Amino acid sequence: MNTADPIELTANTLIDSSLWQINTLETIALLLIALASLLCLYRLLFGPTTPDRVISADTLSVIATVMLGILAGLFQSVLYLDVAVIYGILSFVGIIALARAIEGDHS
Amino acid sequence: MRLLADVFFLIGAVFIFLGALGLIRMPDVYNRIQAGTKAVTLGSMAIFIGLVILFPHWWPKLFIIMGFMLLTNPVSSSAIARAFYRSGVKLWRKPAVSAQESSTKKI
Repeated sequence: MNTADPIELTANTLIDSSLWQINTLETIALLLIALASLLCLYRLLFGPTTPDRVISADTLSVIATVMLGILAGLFQSVLYLDVAVIYGILSFVGIIALARAIEGDHS
Repeated sequence: MRLLADVFFLIGAVFIFLGALGLIRMPDVYNRIQAGTKAVTLGSMAIFIGLVILFPHWWPKLFIIMGFMLLTNPVSSSAIARAFYRSGVKLWRKPAVSAQESSTKKI
């Protein structure tokens, strides 16, 4: 990009400066992960019971952690890995707290 | 080297997709837990191995994420399955051996 002013930062310059071109296999992998998150979202929205929604939220958090790692590779930035670590810790604590809250009524 | 990483990405994406498909297709809450945890954990491990192959200078954070997910995913799914079982979520069929009966019965 040979733009005159360096302040202008459009989406096109962001894509060109991301230094990573996706080939066919990576496109197929990203499409499969997107399909998987769509299936989890279906179970989260139209799940027949509440436990199904809880399980699909757990699986969606794992898929989101994986997607943050892939975004770190796509954007060539290590910061996304820190975000992935924090997201994993927070989802684990949330699931454990939810399990305690479900279990606490009957034990 | 990039082809090897792409093969790992594809394996991980296929396992994540199959885990989400099991989340849709399985008949029971507990079956959905084991589909949505084990397959998705294996797929995310494969994807992070592919990231380690592609970006070898990021290995400490990637290994931290991998170890953390390997530690916390089975723990959280086990805790939440135990909470569901104790709060009385029905099984798909009648179990051959009930853990609650066998633990409370005096021999």
